[in-house]
Amino acid sequence: MLSEKNLHKIEELKKSYPTSQALVLPVLWMIQEEHGYISEESMKYSAQLLDVPFGHVLGVVTFYTMFHSKPIGKNHIEVCTNVSCMLRGSEKIVELLEKRLGIGLGETSKDKKWTLSEVECMGSCGTAPMLAVGEEYHENLTPEKLEKILSDLELK
Amino acid sequence: MQKLILPNIPGLHTIDVYESQGGYKAFRKALGMKPEEVTDEVKKSGLRGRGGACFPTGLKWTFMPKQTTKPKYICVNGDESEPGTFKDRQIFEFNPHLLIEGTLIGAYAMGVTTSFIYVRGEYGKWIRLLEKAIADAYAKGYIGTSILGSTFSTNIVVHKGAGAYICGEESSLMNSIEGMRGYPRVRPPFPAQFGLWGCPTTINNVETMCNVPLIIDHGWEWYSKIGAPKHPGPILVGISGHVNKPGVYELPTGVPLLEIIYKHAGGVPGDKKIKAVIPGGSSTMIMRGDQLEGACMDAESLKAAGSSVGTAGLIVMDEDTDLMKVIARISMFYYHESCGQCTPCREGTGWLWKILKRFEKGEGRAGDVDLLMDIANNIEGNTICALGDAAAWPVQSMIRRFRDEFEKRVKTVPPRMEQEAAA
Ligand SMILES: Cc1cc2nc3c(=O)[nH]c(=O)nc-3n(C[C@H](O)[C@H](O)[C@H](O)COP(=O)(O)O)c2cc1C
Ligand code: FES
Repeated sequence: MLSEKNLHKIEELKKSYPTSQALVLPVLWMIQEEHGYISEESMKYSAQLLDVPFGHVLGVVTFYTMFHSKPIGKNHIEVCTNVSCMLRGSEKIVELLEKRLGIGLGETSKDKKWTLSEVECMGSCGTAPMLAVGEEYHENLTPEKLEKILSDLELK
Repeated sequence: MQKLILPNIPGLHTIDVYESQGGYKAFRKALGMKPEEVTDEVKKSGLRGRGGACFPTGLKWTFMPKQTTKPKYICVNGDESEPGTFKDRQIFEFNPHLLIEGTLIGAYAMGVTTSFIYVRGEYGKWIRLLEKAIADAYAKGYIGTSILGSTFSTNIVVHKGAGAYICGEESSLMNSIEGMRGYPRVRPPFPAQFGLWGCPTTINNVETMCNVPLIIDHGWEWYSKIGAPKHPGPILVGISGHVNKPGVYELPTGVPLLEIIYKHAGGVPGDKKIKAVIPGGSSTMIMRGDQLEGACMDAESLKAAGSSVGTAGLIVMDEDTDLMKVIARISMFYYHESCGQCTPCREGTGWLWKILKRFEKGEGRAGDVDLLMDIANNIEGNTICALGDAAAWPVQSMIRRFRDEFEKRVKTVPPRMEQEAAA
């Protein structure tokens, strides 16, 4: 389920925390990074690995919005629509995204290439409007910039 | 003012440049002082927390028990999820060693064995920058065992969040570090008595910690003279919305809001008038554009103006802004982020949002404004944590200061139809 490298990292991390339960978030992050999402199978695996109940892990996965219990599109586009972005035109960005990708907020395209999510403030209010693709922030968006981002992603 | 937290020095994020600029000097100085002398210095400086509540930092540190057999912890709060706030990210990127140095001084003052820096999950890129800085500081012997030849040992660990505004609330943050859902805890007991794993814990914001090396380096008297006397120091003001030059500006506290908007952020595009501002992140009370004269970015001044400093995330709205849309969006945020433990917050935030959506569409009903106020008043003060208050304040202040905007959006139906609808 997890690479040797990550298993080693877990052993290292155990030294920093007095309980193994504290590693639930770090381990779930590792799983999501390696597999793209956190399946029920991997939740059971994490529970066993850390000696916590499966229900506990499930509860954690469902609480945090960044953990996905189902596969998502290859490119996860997260567009902020909170106040500062709204004041600087995030609605237009959402409209363009929906049109261009043919999906609405919260949807994944049939070819599994795109998932489009509306997100809360991302800490980019001074460079609004913004969207993130995975960990990459794209800020001060304009329609032209948006088109460039999407066509670059298409080529990947 | 000379920039102290985010000076424009190329390469400052690297340990070599940081050291060449006098970095870690304050930590060395602290190691030569008694721990309680360090705390005393911070207390006398007047430093108040930059995480939202403006709580005196030195005083908070004195709450930590001196005699205890348990390990003690620091949590550095880098969850930074309050809408309108984007300052801590600048520290991770441009001056991470200042944060590490401040944390180390705090750890020494309070006898802490491990500090956890909790960073929101979305900041993956910045987490890697911070982790690199921490690894470099370990390699140079600033963190670890018998630091710089002293008897002091301490560790710093970065903990990555996973998308939850509530985890910025200090007790929720601790539960998150313990590997649980981010549910706030009932207090008392307070973190200094019963924090992480039941041990004494102090929680401070990222920017707060960055002020500590400045105080130790230059002395409390020097620091206390910067900015507003009762809330001194440099402050990172993040300004967003309708201004020409949005961004983070390091300014002395007490700077007039109008100066921030017009001098630093270049004014409002198209020279439009200001309709409203939210001075310190979406949880703080909204102010009318005509209330800004004389209002300054410090705790006393904004309190007098009927708002608060919060995270100093200033959101500017010009005369054409649809405030019903703004308040509906803000309420949606709190509804989405409520952890669901307390009924008033879980249910109330949803009701607020639903009713505000009506106003956004111009379908407000007679009596809705009073209903909104009633719901907000019943959330405020009736929840385990302050998220409930944070959801109530924007609505209450919007009604108090912009009641006319609500009234314009009430759909007036002929009385007979209303009666029929009610029947
Ligand atoms: C809902 C909620 C969210 C919060 N989010 C943050 C946050 O993201 N960062 C932060 O530093 N403080 C946040 N706080 C405030 C913390 O609870 C705490 O007061 C603060 O981190 C203490 O640090 P300070 O004394 O240095 O300001 C939040 C509070 C509440 C009620
Ligand atoms: S409101 Fe969009 S990043 Fe803050």
